[in-house]
Amino acid sequence: MVANTGEAGAVAVHHMDHEHPDLRLFGFLLFLISEGMLFVGLFVAYLAFRAVATQWPPAGTPKLEFLIPAANTVILISSSFVIHRAEGAIKNGDVQGVRRWFGITALMGAVFLAGQAYEYFGLIFKEGLTLWSGLYGGTFYVLTGFHGFHVLVGLLLMLGVMYRSFKEDHYTAEKHFGVEAASVYWHFVDGVWVVLFLLLYVIR
Amino acid sequence: MQLTQDQIKQDPPQDWRRYFTFCTDHKVIGVQYMVTSFTLYLVGGFLAMLIRAELWTPDPDFFPDSQVYNGVFTVHATIMIFLWLIPMLAGFANFLIPLMIGARDMAFPRLNALAFWLIPPGAILLLSSFFVGAPAAGWTSYPPLSLMDGTAGQAIWLASVILLGTSSIMGALNFITTIWEMRIPSMDIWRMPLFIWAMFATSIITLLATPVLTGALVLLTFDLLAKTTFFNPIGGGDPVIYQHMFWFYSHPAVYIMVLPGFGMISEILPVFSRKPIFGYRAIAVSSMTIAILGFIVWAHHMFTSGTPEWLRIFFMITSMIIAVPTGIKVFSWVATIWGGKLRFTSAMLFALGFLSVFLVGGLSGIMLASVPFDIHVHDTYFVVAHLHYVLFGGSVFAVYAGIYYWFPKITGRMLNETWGKIHFVLTFVGFNLCFFPMHRLGLMGMPRRVAAYDASFTDLNVLIGIGGFLLGVSTLPFLANAVYSWIGGPKAPANPWEALTLEWTTPSPPPVENWDVLPVLTVGPYDYGHEGRDPQEIIRS
Ligand code: HEM
Ligand SMILES: [Cu+2]
Repeated sequence: MVANTGEAGAVAVHHMDHEHPDLRLFGFLLFLISEGMLFVGLFVAYLAFRAVATQWPPAGTPKLEFLIPAANTVILISSSFVIHRAEGAIKNGDVQGVRRWFGITALMGAVFLAGQAYEYFGLIFKEGLTLWSGLYGGTFYVLTGFHGFHVLVGLLLMLGVMYRSFKEDHYTAEKHFGVEAASVYWHFVDGVWVVLFLLLYVIR
Repeated sequence: MQLTQDQIKQDPPQDWRRYFTFCTDHKVIGVQYMVTSFTLYLVGGFLAMLIRAELWTPDPDFFPDSQVYNGVFTVHATIMIFLWLIPMLAGFANFLIPLMIGARDMAFPRLNALAFWLIPPGAILLLSSFFVGAPAAGWTSYPPLSLMDGTAGQAIWLASVILLGTSSIMGALNFITTIWEMRIPSMDIWRMPLFIWAMFATSIITLLATPVLTGALVLLTFDLLAKTTFFNPIGGGDPVIYQHMFWFYSHPAVYIMVLPGFGMISEILPVFSRKPIFGYRAIAVSSMTIAILGFIVWAHHMFTSGTPEWLRIFFMITSMIIAVPTGIKVFSWVATIWGGKLRFTSAMLFALGFLSVFLVGGLSGIMLASVPFDIHVHDTYFVVAHLHYVLFGGSVFAVYAGIYYWFPKITGRMLNETWGKIHFVLTFVGFNLCFFPMHRLGLMGMPRRVAAYDASFTDLNVLIGIGGFLLGVSTLPFLANAVYSWIGGPKAPANPWEALTLEWTTPSPPPVENWDVLPVLTVGPYDYGHEGRDPQEIIRS
């Protein structure tokens, strides 16, 4: 039996793409909204945990590193501007430019992850703060770890787009959903981080 | 766009086999959802009858131990909510949305197929938990109880519900995009059928609320498997925060389960009353209002969880306010059938049955919303009665009405009306016999979720048991009718009920891509009884 990989569907999508070029972007934004709600839920839970705790941060909790996350924040925010140039490039049909700006953004994302790993390393092995250190350690690692995972996914998206961009005419000035999605996603991850940074590091 | 000959050749087998493939036709996916979830409904119903068998006598004698009883009611409830109602309604949405708005398919056909194909693994996971110690903390899975059990079933339950939640988010994303972007040009929002409005509101709820549940379940999974202590008081965590996150999803989720039903009723009543729906805009807007208000009433499930007084009063008032848009709908439905030329088809009977039992559920809901009363009956059978009146009455009756109404469109065959009526009578009697006495039982003080009870409750429980078994039996004539008619029933015309919505302008069952030439709106969806508004007119134009 032949598995239907969507011949009829593909025709239909094709058909609709002509009428609504931004269909996929619309769907992708909805996806990000639901992702956003996941973070909102976790953020509010974090505030609630904080509110029920008798003391925050609890006595004996090591002081969080401030410099690295602050530097990371700067890196992420500037990377949003970098990736924005990629969007500009593709609108002029400049695939080379997409590769360049995506490459730089991905590098900045990797630096961010390295910084986070370094921070984790210090906290775990030097300060003894782990996932099991009560609500403080638990929420800290779940929130930052979950965000870090999203950064990683963003990196993979960018690499995927760069890989595909080598195919002849895969992205053009008119047709470049992949580029747009990767960069919208990146802005999203960036925005989430800013909130996270304020919650975890600034108003502690 | 027409299919070329080549593309048609590449199509999957156009017979029953395509239902077992990763087919991206929204109609096939709709049927996949419906048949799968109906099968699971039978499983969940079977578990319900096991529960009633246990409760036939006051002693806990039917099951080997109370752990098994707890597992059975937990899996029963989980199936009924996450594997029967929500996917069943998603099935209707899949089949109907493109047909009702004049689209050739969903916006994202492959995502659509993927969303469906997450359901069977979710179901298998959940049911397999029986072999490793069924989850026994109820479908709400409150910690610390859910953390203390120690069997693998609870972890499997978590995996299953997270998976099913992901599936429904994917579905909702597709529905919103399709409804928003792909209506035929002549359909502005005030000409959308009310089912479309309802699905739009429902999908927004799903999209916004489900991720919060996922968050809570992920934290619970950490607690269970990695032994963190977010919700475990023993490690300084707070179980009440779980309850907040859970109900932030689960209260809106009751509207995920009833709004599509409301939508279906709004389609069916005007057709069989031959009258325009009363208050079209009020119904449409009230769906959206319910969706929004639904997000600010969750803690009415937590009146006994140590919620501070002022907060309880806030949630009591907002809960009562939600009754207003719901009341507007009920009023509009009654006004629609008032003075109409009623045709008592099986679909209409179930729709009227829906109206009467949902009314009871809504009224007991208002009672529960008042703090003192809720504290009195909390965790008694009164709550069980209420939730079944809304969930079974509000959703299952609507689903049956929908099946009788759209079966010809879906299968191309007519259902047998006589058997449909027998089915209705059995269901209606069984339902009320089963659930109405539960109100009384709750007021007398019988707690929910226990296998043993005081001997003074025996008589009512026997009565409830009889109703329950009757309800179980009532599915048999339906099943026989459905299977027999699908195979050999009389062929259905394109528009057997002379309805005005667009799905009836294409042959039954509709071809791949739905129409040769996309239809053009010439009448509103409910313009019944106007001069010259012949349903054939839209078919011809
Ligand atoms: C008129 C609107 C409604 C009001 C005011 C209302 C109010 C309430 C309240 C206050 C409770 C808490 C009972 C308790 O925990 O002691 C409750 C329970 C419940 N309601 Fe509703 N409700 C309404 C409509 C609905 C609808 C439409 C549904 C679903 C289709 C629904 C499903 C449920 C369920 C499943 C429970 C049980 C929760 C549990 O297992 O603890 N309700 N309702
Ligand atoms: Cu509620």
